[in-house]
Amino acid sequence: MAHVCTIVPISLTVGANRIIPAVAIPHPLGDPEKTPAEEKKLRKALVKKALLAMQTPVDEQTVFNE
Amino acid sequence: MAFKVVHYINQFFAGIGGEEKANIPPEARNGAVGPGMALNQAFGGDAEVVGTIICGDSYFADNIEKARQEILELVKQFEADGLVAGPAFNAGRYGTACGDVCETVGKELSIPAVTGMYTENPGVDMYRKSTYIVETADSARGMKNAVPVMARILLKQLKGEPLGKPEEEGYIPRGIRVNFFAEKIGAERALEMLVKKLKGEPFTTEYPMPAFDRVPPNPPIEDMSQATVALVTSGGIVPKGNPDHIEASSASKYGEYSLEGMESISAETHETAHGGYDPTYANDDPNRVLPVDAMRELANEGVIGRFHETYYSTVGNGTSVDNASRYGSEIAQKLKDHNVDAVIVTST
Repeated sequence: MAHVCTIVPISLTVGANRIIPAVAIPHPLGDPEKTPAEEKKLRKALVKKALLAMQTPVDEQTVFNE
Repeated sequence: MAFKVVHYINQFFAGIGGEEKANIPPEARNGAVGPGMALNQAFGGDAEVVGTIICGDSYFADNIEKARQEILELVKQFEADGLVAGPAFNAGRYGTACGDVCETVGKELSIPAVTGMYTENPGVDMYRKSTYIVETADSARGMKNAVPVMARILLKQLKGEPLGKPEEEGYIPRGIRVNFFAEKIGAERALEMLVKKLKGEPFTTEYPMPAFDRVPPNPPIEDMSQATVALVTSGGIVPKGNPDHIEASSASKYGEYSLEGMESISAETHETAHGGYDPTYANDDPNRVLPVDAMRELANEGVIGRFHETYYSTVGNGTSVDNASRYGSEIAQKLKDHNVDAVIVTST
């Protein structure tokens, strides 16, 4: 399980083990400032990051910043 | 005149026998039996154990409905004013029976009750909200300390005296909020707490945070191109019109929705039910919360093996931890039943 969320401290508090910081509370996987094509690219990159996190061994709560 | 009290105990404390006698059905005896003697002493003449009900732990556990009714009938015969059960210490079946009997007489006969258990007894979590459970040691060695506390808590209830805070009276918190006038305003109390905290001194919170469990991280997915991946969200994305009426806050349910045949979701097909953030962006493009378009593309590209075509959604806005944990367990079980390998959970 990977948790894509904006408020990382909450995710850490409730105990997620693989955390991917998101864009903003009302649009975690999007950015209305961008063009639709750019936004889609951003979203796909975030999802890929979540997929990568789930392929990464971790032994404690980990925030995948980069 | 002394209050009439009925005492509930198991076969062991009645001196009938151990595990080999755990199947005996409920029976009533006049007066105190076993720990009831100490109870009588602790009542100090204000109350008296007029009868004892004995039931085998396995009998109760195996026939809960039936045992509950049988015991209730026996309690009625004594025309009791109150009931004491146990203490059960760390005995699980006994604790469950004690909690259940206390809850039942409270509900059916409107008489006060009290029991006693070790904090880790499974009966504690099941019944602490519905009855007074005195915190005891984990074995019968704690009898001497438990009985006077149980007697006091029952007497107070019988006399209609208010019970103080759990830690003052010795019972396990029931989760009941009581209004009272504090001498100092909240700001002052908060600052005092902060100063104590800064000094490293002990302080007592007025609002304990829920305890969150921790789970060991799962091993990594070996081959994502063979994995089935699902989406779950607390961001409230639901089919347009919110067919299950998931609440905008304090959600009492989660939804389970099919994405079959949908390459993406849009303002025409989906919206958010969440009342805790500005819904404009999610309603304009729900993929911003539930990335269906990206998942489809990644499945088509072979980055993931398969996109699970059912997603689960609730509103994470003031939702109680108890409810959220239950939704989490149920959703996880459903995903496992469908052989889902990986899950992306999105939160707003």
